Amino acid sequence: MTGRVLAIAALTFALLAPAAGAAERASLTEIEKQVMCPVCGTLLQLAESPQAQRERVFINRLIDEGKSEEEVKDALVAEYGDEVLALPPDSGFSLSAYLVPIVAFLIAAAALAVGVLRWRRAGGGDGKGGPAARAAGPSDEDAERLDADIARYDL
Amino acid sequence: MLGVLAVVGLLVFGLASKGSSGLAVGDPVPTAPLPRLEGGGSESLAHYRGRWVLVNFWASWCPPCKAESPALEAFQRRHGGPGFTVLGIDSRDLSDDGRAFVRKYGLSYPQLRDADGDVSHDYGTTGLPESYLIDPQGKVRLHAVGTVDEEYLRSEVEPLLSGGKD
Repeated sequence: MTGRVLAIAALTFALLAPAAGAAERASLTEIEKQVMCPVCGTLLQLAESPQAQRERVFINRLIDEGKSEEEVKDALVAEYGDEVLALPPDSGFSLSAYLVPIVAFLIAAAALAVGVLRWRRAGGGDGKGGPAARAAGPSDEDAERLDADIARYDL
Repeated sequence: MLGVLAVVGLLVFGLASKGSSGLAVGDPVPTAPLPRLEGGGSESLAHYRGRWVLVNFWASWCPPCKAESPALEAFQRRHGGPGFTVLGIDSRDLSDDGRAFVRKYGLSYPQLRDADGDVSHDYGTTGLPESYLIDPQGKVRLHAVGTVDEEYLRSEVEPLLSGGKD
């Protein structure tokens, strides 16, 4: 019985271990989508310049050494600076690339909300124009003018 | 309103940072320090104040840079000293590739490394190689786009070093 359990455990380990290793192994194709060719100003995936070829050789060498995707990207940053990353790092000044759109959206949403509130308040306050005023019907002045017109045109 | 100001501010910053038109003859050169390609530490053009310096932007993956290297090395051997040096700046290149290039072509002049190309951008280079002759006051005297050869060095650079051409 113990022998059978050990055999199953060994078989399970033998099947799972290579899969786990393969999942962690970095891939040139994946990294090419995430880094730039600094000279071409395009994704490495799209670049065919001599510099791009050297960058691919460098990445492949690191992959062969067993480096992870993050380690390869760190090494590229050490060689070329932050600009080699297709997406800016989420720290320091580069963080503004992520924060500015969010802050701008929040400011726009807040401005819109304040505007709508003011418009509704203004509409309800003077008895003219706003949805609340329309729901309450015409003012006394309008009603008198309407009655006069109906009488004048004999409607 | 704040959002609009933020967006306008970013646009202005972007235009200001990308809109460099490069150095012209007579302009003072940037003196930001750059790491040495070999040996560690950093250096700036300010270290060379008082000497003529032929700044040469290159990269190991650039075929014309290979073509001009022998002429630059020969010129350095002939004129290098207290009054003049060639100064290589390896731009947007892998450091190992750059060092291998220096060894392969036997370059004896000092080499700095412009990893992210910021200094190349400040100079306004449009490609590689490009060379700038800087006078002892730190101002650009000549600008060569593309390969320099022995003829160019002899007819354009040499007279300035010897004070025979102004």
